[in-house]
Amino acid sequence: MPAAISVRNLSKCYRLHPSQGIYGYRSLRESIGAKASMLWKRNSTKQVPAAEFWALKDVSFEIQPGEVAGIIGGNGAGKSTLLKVLSRITSPTSGSAEIRGRVGSLLEVGTGFHPELSGRENVYLAGAILGMKKSEIDQRFDEIVAFAEVERFLDTPVKHYSSGMYMRLAFAVAAHLETEILLVDEVLAVGDAAFQQKCLRRMSDVATGGRTIMFVSHNMPAVLNICNRGVVLSRGTVEIDSDPDTAVATYLRGMSETTVTSLAGRGDRKGNGRLRFTNFRLLDASLKPVPCVRSGQQAVLGFEYEGNSRLSQVHVAIGLHGRYDEHLFHLATDTVESDFPALPRRGEILCVLPALPLQPGSYVFNLFCTVGGDIADWIQHAGRVEVEGGDFFGTGRLPPVQQGPFLVDHSWSFRAA
Amino acid sequence: MVVTYIQGRSGWSRISLKEIWNYRELLFFLSWRDIKVRYKQTALGVAWAILQPLLTMAIFSIFFGRLAKVPSDGVPYPVFALTALAPWTFFANALAQSSNSVITNSSLVTKVFFPRLIIPMSAALAGIVDLVIALMLLVGALVVYRVPLTAGILLLPLVAVMAIAVALGAGFWLSALNVRYRDVRYALPFLVQIWMFLSPVAYSSSLVPGPWRTLYGLNPMSGVIEGFRHLLLGTQAVAPQHFVLSAVVAMALLISGAAYFCRTEKSFSDVI
Repeated sequence: MPAAISVRNLSKCYRLHPSQGIYGYRSLRESIGAKASMLWKRNSTKQVPAAEFWALKDVSFEIQPGEVAGIIGGNGAGKSTLLKVLSRITSPTSGSAEIRGRVGSLLEVGTGFHPELSGRENVYLAGAILGMKKSEIDQRFDEIVAFAEVERFLDTPVKHYSSGMYMRLAFAVAAHLETEILLVDEVLAVGDAAFQQKCLRRMSDVATGGRTIMFVSHNMPAVLNICNRGVVLSRGTVEIDSDPDTAVATYLRGMSETTVTSLAGRGDRKGNGRLRFTNFRLLDASLKPVPCVRSGQQAVLGFEYEGNSRLSQVHVAIGLHGRYDEHLFHLATDTVESDFPALPRRGEILCVLPALPLQPGSYVFNLFCTVGGDIADWIQHAGRVEVEGGDFFGTGRLPPVQQGPFLVDHSWSFRAA
Repeated sequence: MVVTYIQGRSGWSRISLKEIWNYRELLFFLSWRDIKVRYKQTALGVAWAILQPLLTMAIFSIFFGRLAKVPSDGVPYPVFALTALAPWTFFANALAQSSNSVITNSSLVTKVFFPRLIIPMSAALAGIVDLVIALMLLVGALVVYRVPLTAGILLLPLVAVMAIAVALGAGFWLSALNVRYRDVRYALPFLVQIWMFLSPVAYSSSLVPGPWRTLYGLNPMSGVIEGFRHLLLGTQAVAPQHFVLSAVVAMALLISGAAYFCRTEKSFSDVI
């Protein structure tokens, strides 16, 4: 079966003129002036070199029919440019792409909405702009309106809508675009939490419907849950093209280089120094240092230490603090098992959290250790644990962050009264 | 199965009429949007479509007809002027709308794909409603001034199509230029004004000295306006060749405009 989307050596270059930005425009006078001066100084070879910016460079990949590919990468990695080239909004500088099937692209919610027109009129207008036929819109009209929950306001100009209603209606039109191939860019990054969840659910419904989807997102839980393919773009090139798990991990690892927090030089510590922590490292399940861990994944806190002799009766405790420096939880050797009866002079103490029950965010911890009952080392705010969104519940969804930092596994059921 | 090939190309490319045909519903919807929105939140609404040519006619009648005594080929000056103002007002509005259309629809240009030619086309076509209204007003004026209607009126749509072609052709050129050079926005009012003085709106083509007539015919709007006058009022200000010349120039403007537009549209989303 031929690929639904095949991209070969696709490149896109923007020229940055010294006098103008990427999208800067020249006035007619400047343009004519430039042409005229070229005629004038025909033999002068001095030309201001235009700086080049390669938004995409030699990008190649194939997406099979029915695949749901998540495109992830930092800002300026070329994700949006890639979608724009594939949507035929901008043309590539070199390379080519072949797309088999009708393409629908959703680069923005509400494209083509006109504030003066009513909800009903906007559904038809936006539908037509997205490439739907009038007959298709007629067919799905009721479904769209029901999804958006705006039945009562159908004949009101959308400028009087609340922003929530506006977004719901705009997304509803887009969500009912039934093309074989969908290119989606961050559409979910709008609206309130409840609306985002609704959009995400719709996206997974669409994804399981057997259509080919290219999904650009910063929303890692969504990528992990919806996609069965992950492509990481970095500075215009494909860094990795694999399963979503590996892709997300690669992306997160690449986000930051500092994986070791040095504790050796810390002066603001207490204790007799029989044991001193020298380094803190955040490790993943395979004990590789990582800049951050994901909600629901195994996280390992590694503490390298040095002692002044062989150590016995070593007790270690960590107090984790939240955004407002409030105490979140306490991890200690003696509460789960027992203190280390004996440890060599140097090594690494590991604390394993099987499924990290924390929302995305940045958490600070205090580190405490006694040897033989005496305080050996005690550092306030010893290090930081960075948590990225992960698929804790296996649904691709996380509760709103403001509802609290913890994720608790649970289930719902029903019994008759 | 629809297969789309994407490749970086530059230079002249073919104008895909088939693609425009595939998007004909969008063309309709965008024109319909422009028509619906045009007179929203105005007190007088669609009456503006009548007031614009009517007020201009009144002013012309006073200054050119009464005071300057501009000859009007033996027809009462007000009808003489109105016959020209109906197509001219359509043309001037359609040209202004389509020239700015790509800029005002930049959110569409940067977010959705469709044949870009649809944008200036829909903006110009939306003016047809106003043209029809102005023509009804014109017929009313003919009745009032007891100018007999002839079978020539049946040929009027043909001349109207020519006016549309001129508006589209110039609109294609200017809207494409406008994306790169915003100067167009400021030059446009002057262009329209100069073009009006170069067209027989306030005066008759018979005032143009013989040797200059051919040059005058290169202005396609002179053919359009004299066509309206000939078919409705029976004037004979210009020779038949004049119409042919104007029609040829109108076609050339339309084709060259579309070609230039299609050549530059690839960079629209990058420069807009």
